[in-house]
Amino acid sequence: MLDVSALLFWLLAAITIAAALAVVLLKNIVHSALYLVLTFAGVAGIYILLQAEFLAAVQLLIYAGAVAILIVFAVMLTRRGDIKASNLYNFNYLAAGVVSLALLVIIILGNGRMAWTAAPAPAPASNVAAIANAFLGRYAIPFEVAAVLLLVAMVGAILLARGGKPER
Amino acid sequence: MTVEGIFTGIAAYLRGFLAGAPPWVVTLAMGVLYLIGVLAFIFLNALYLIYLERKISAYMQQRIGPNRLGPHGLLQSVADAVKLLGKEDIIPRGADRWVFIIAPILIFIPATMLYAVIPFGKGMVPADLNIGVFYFLAVASTTTIAILMGGWGSNNKYALLGSMRCVAQMVSYEIPLTFSILGVIMLAGSLQTSQIVAAQGKVWYILLQPLAFIIYFVAATAEVNRAPFDLVEGEQEIIAGPYIEYTGMRYALFYLSEYANLVSVSALAVTLFLGGWQGPWLPSWLWFLIKVYIMIFIFMWVRWTFPRIRIDHLLSFNWKVLLPLSLANILVTGVGIKIYQLLTLGRW
Repeated sequence: MLDVSALLFWLLAAITIAAALAVVLLKNIVHSALYLVLTFAGVAGIYILLQAEFLAAVQLLIYAGAVAILIVFAVMLTRRGDIKASNLYNFNYLAAGVVSLALLVIIILGNGRMAWTAAPAPAPASNVAAIANAFLGRYAIPFEVAAVLLLVAMVGAILLARGGKPER
Repeated sequence: MTVEGIFTGIAAYLRGFLAGAPPWVVTLAMGVLYLIGVLAFIFLNALYLIYLERKISAYMQQRIGPNRLGPHGLLQSVADAVKLLGKEDIIPRGADRWVFIIAPILIFIPATMLYAVIPFGKGMVPADLNIGVFYFLAVASTTTIAILMGGWGSNNKYALLGSMRCVAQMVSYEIPLTFSILGVIMLAGSLQTSQIVAAQGKVWYILLQPLAFIIYFVAATAEVNRAPFDLVEGEQEIIAGPYIEYTGMRYALFYLSEYANLVSVSALAVTLFLGGWQGPWLPSWLWFLIKVYIMIFIFMWVRWTFPRIRIDHLLSFNWKVLLPLSLANILVTGVGIKIYQLLTLGRW
């Protein structure tokens, strides 16, 4: 029997990368945001192939809402007559190249340091309980720190949006 | 074959028919069959619900409603559907062409996918995922993007206003909706819809989680954009919002998915709070249908009773009332479960 999952993986990977390229290259910022949805859906598909259904559902739930809000902001903040030219190019090749290269190096180094081994046991039927145990047990402190960080970001955003001292 | 086992019997017969084929063929064929079954369920229900809605609204307003075509006007929806099929398909010149075309198709995909985890009867879940309820919420959340695409692609100020409201409303009401369901999940100890129904053999969760049920009902009304939370469409102010430029079949797809979503949130309410397919004497799938229609009737009753509320009231009601209440509900449920365990098992 042919290996369906390998075929599906390459299909999903191709869709994800093509959609990600479209996000960067398209000139209409709303189209870019919509292709971002496709990118996230492709990643969710790969999670399903890895039997991490819970993670796939989280991916869909969070990023669907996030992209919707992103589009709203794109429409609100782009005060251009024509939205067709809202995601413009500029000519800062040098800075962009340095940043991208640095990120690539970090990703490659990070990948190299990790010893990737295939787990001998089959994936458990339900990984929800395992994720919950990890979050509230072993990784409770990083989890809480991340939550506090998000809270700080949110309070900061509200403060910035209000701007200066209140009127009364 | 008993009345109870009609549908499971058909499925078993078809499986037997395919017995010789390789397993992936069987899986694929059964998937297609389930899809056809779900689509038939959606179309029949939507057709009948449009008629039901018009009749109920008519009686609530002391009118008669559709009564010309067929006995008691029963064929009115069929005539309307045929009329919609024959309408001219108009794409505005200023529209964002592909976004405009894809949006009505895209909104129908999650509306159909939601039915995969609904237990229609005893052993009648199309795909009994172990993250069932969570899958439902995740798929349902993508509806926002389709409505936003329709509203933005139309290149019309009322459509854009409607889709902006849609994002504000649906993204915020998703939060109390999810939190209200958490109480039930804590009691059942599972996200699998079949297990949640099975756990309600003795007592329905509406009795243990009355507050969660009310929060779910309010948030679900907002999620399916029905009055008094129909600000996304708001015929009198923004003329059907995102759907303003759509005609013919494209408009019908939006309409259809709206009714499909009404049925699926009612079905989820039945699954989570009203004991699913459980009930005496009658076959399980009939019990399920009866309960779903009771829920739908309450949704319609509310729609034709309350006036629309303002967008800022809508959002502050969500953040200042529903969200704290749903959080409190989770806390009380957690403490309650622990006390119950202490009393019955004698340990924490």
